[in-house]
Amino acid sequence: MSSLALRLVHLYPDLMSVYGDRGNVLALVRRAQWRGIDATVSEVSVGDRFEPRDADLIFFGGGQDREQEAVSPDFLQGKGEAVREAVEEGTALLSVCGGYQLLGQSYTTVDGQQLPGAGLFDVRSVPGPKRHIGNVLIETMLDGQQRTLVGFENHSGRTYLGPDLQPLGRTVVGAGNNGQDGTEGAVYKGAIGCYLHGSLLPKNPWLADYLLSIALRHLTDEPVVLAPLDDRFENEAHQAVATRIRGLGGRVKSGAW
Amino acid sequence: MAGRAAAVLSRRLGRGGGTVIAGHLVPRIAPWALRDVTRSLPNGSIVVSGTNGKTTTTRLLSHILNAAGMRPLHNRAGANMLSGLFTAVAQGTDWQARPRGDVGLFEVDEATVPRALQHIEPRMLLLHNIFRDQLDRYGEVHFVANLWRDTVRRLSSRSMVLVNADDPLVAGILAPGGDAAAASARHSSYGIDDPAVGTPTLPHAADARLCPICGAPLRYELVYYGHLGHYVCSRCDFTRPTPTVSATTVELLGDAGSNLTIATPEGVIRARLQLPGLYNVYNALAAVAVSSELGIRRDVIARGLETFTAAFGRLERIQVEDRTLFLALVKNPVGFTEVLRTVLAPPGRRTLLIAINDLFADGTDVSWLWDVEFERLQDRVNVVVCTGLRAEDMAVRLKYAGVEPDRIRVESHPRRSIEMALAAAEPAETVYVLPTYTAMLALRDILRQTGYVRGFWEE
Repeated sequence: MSSLALRLVHLYPDLMSVYGDRGNVLALVRRAQWRGIDATVSEVSVGDRFEPRDADLIFFGGGQDREQEAVSPDFLQGKGEAVREAVEEGTALLSVCGGYQLLGQSYTTVDGQQLPGAGLFDVRSVPGPKRHIGNVLIETMLDGQQRTLVGFENHSGRTYLGPDLQPLGRTVVGAGNNGQDGTEGAVYKGAIGCYLHGSLLPKNPWLADYLLSIALRHLTDEPVVLAPLDDRFENEAHQAVATRIRGLGGRVKSGAW
Repeated sequence: MAGRAAAVLSRRLGRGGGTVIAGHLVPRIAPWALRDVTRSLPNGSIVVSGTNGKTTTTRLLSHILNAAGMRPLHNRAGANMLSGLFTAVAQGTDWQARPRGDVGLFEVDEATVPRALQHIEPRMLLLHNIFRDQLDRYGEVHFVANLWRDTVRRLSSRSMVLVNADDPLVAGILAPGGDAAAASARHSSYGIDDPAVGTPTLPHAADARLCPICGAPLRYELVYYGHLGHYVCSRCDFTRPTPTVSATTVELLGDAGSNLTIATPEGVIRARLQLPGLYNVYNALAAVAVSSELGIRRDVIARGLETFTAAFGRLERIQVEDRTLFLALVKNPVGFTEVLRTVLAPPGRRTLLIAINDLFADGTDVSWLWDVEFERLQDRVNVVVCTGLRAEDMAVRLKYAGVEPDRIRVESHPRRSIEMALAAAEPAETVYVLPTYTAMLALRDILRQTGYVRGFWEE
């Protein structure tokens, strides 16, 4: 496997990477390396070129409103279309918060301006009256098994899914897409959009491996079985958060502290 | 009358460590107390705000003001919301509502500044820096910058605004052409002018890359830490103002402090600061800018800088038998990274205790840990004990930063975590304890029970 080099593309790392989103890229790179798979990370930002066949895995994080508006024109001038094409061709993608919104059909800014998105996910995002902030626990069958994901949401946007789009999961704790329909995130082919910061992947290692499997399959064109890793720390972190927030409506207890 | 009610309340309620309790009641019973008392201060009031360094800066200032023969009325326990300001005033007045002091010195929470200035007309408003801190509370750095801009616009010519020239988010508030700059308050600034302590590139965790005036990318000639440095907008004419008070040479001495040469309008100040790290150089500059503006003599300022030791829990050394605990508060990516830089300055491996809580005062979102440069700890850790409500998150972060997993321990129980870290250290070794705010309170409480530190209100 050592001749392989998995190609990760990190979109707008300088502008769209709040709330530790870069931890997701770190998790993907490390988990590839620990299995003897080389991984390269290309940082693609405003003014840079991006070709659909350059990426096995794309990460697009969240930004503050001002940064998201600065990124939007550049993204819609070609890059959005290239990302869509890449996903259609089997590239894996994870997008969080602002990145997720920019990949939808449209999003409306806080001052009421409706901007088009890349149209990868059939979702529309609009600003809501209050910011959803807190720990999130969702249940999902994404990889065919009953799984949980933990993360932290911090968004005022409300995202509504089109009728045929599959959500990433159902919320157990937290608001999720819009605080109303119990859904969180969206899945289209190998692409995932969600509101889960945290960072998401280090505490949910199965999801990191799910994305890596899609990416490796894109690279090698063969089915992939990833070697298991020692995920003791990761699973303890997942369990600790899940146990603490379950039944507390997302609030936390201080215990011995 | 108002002050008397406040004073009585303070005697009944304002005891021990519960510094905010009286303050919750006083605004209701005596809503004019803060205004009346601060108006009667002969030397006016100094208000200090910013994400990092408020407590250290005001304590250093208090130390210098005392050395200059002034008596500051100061919210020194760090209770910096409106209730804390009322408490300070209630506790700082006698039974006839006369202040026991001649100058107000208030550190104020970033988002509380507009409300605080409805009560206090400051002689000086010092705006120190804006970093991403508890985004779960304030949303975004631009939110705080906008609040401050509106506040500065409303100040009269009796007030002076002092800003950190090296922080574009703060300096942008006074940028020429902006409406805040056109306001009547006078202004001044401070910054570092020593390229030797800067680097040419912004770190991953920089919180401001875009011009606060026009939104185009900022170009940096020099970065000191976070987004603080020498910048110029790539599109409009926004640029770093030339500071009135400037550190022209900075010699960092690891965790022992730094040697500073500071240029002021009245002449040069040279001092050995005992507080380590570039972030404390900024705190010192802020204190010098205020002191110099107040007309305090340079030799008094220099002596104040040299004799000051850190604010409670921010930074202190505690002797536990034959080992030393070095305690430094951590609360956001830029601050934590700077603490690591300081701790790692001398070569060799370190024994650390990192305590991460996620209660309201810490910030309920721990994702900021992924923006701290823990990669600096690669091959530099003897043992790192992770504790706090988010001990497991911390352990994962360190593993992905490249710290060898067999050097990472998780011990969520506070007392046992201290014991584990002490046991992992050699005799005479220093154990570096890096807690978030509520974790610091809990750990300090344990150390106090065991007799190693005093309660902070006794200081």
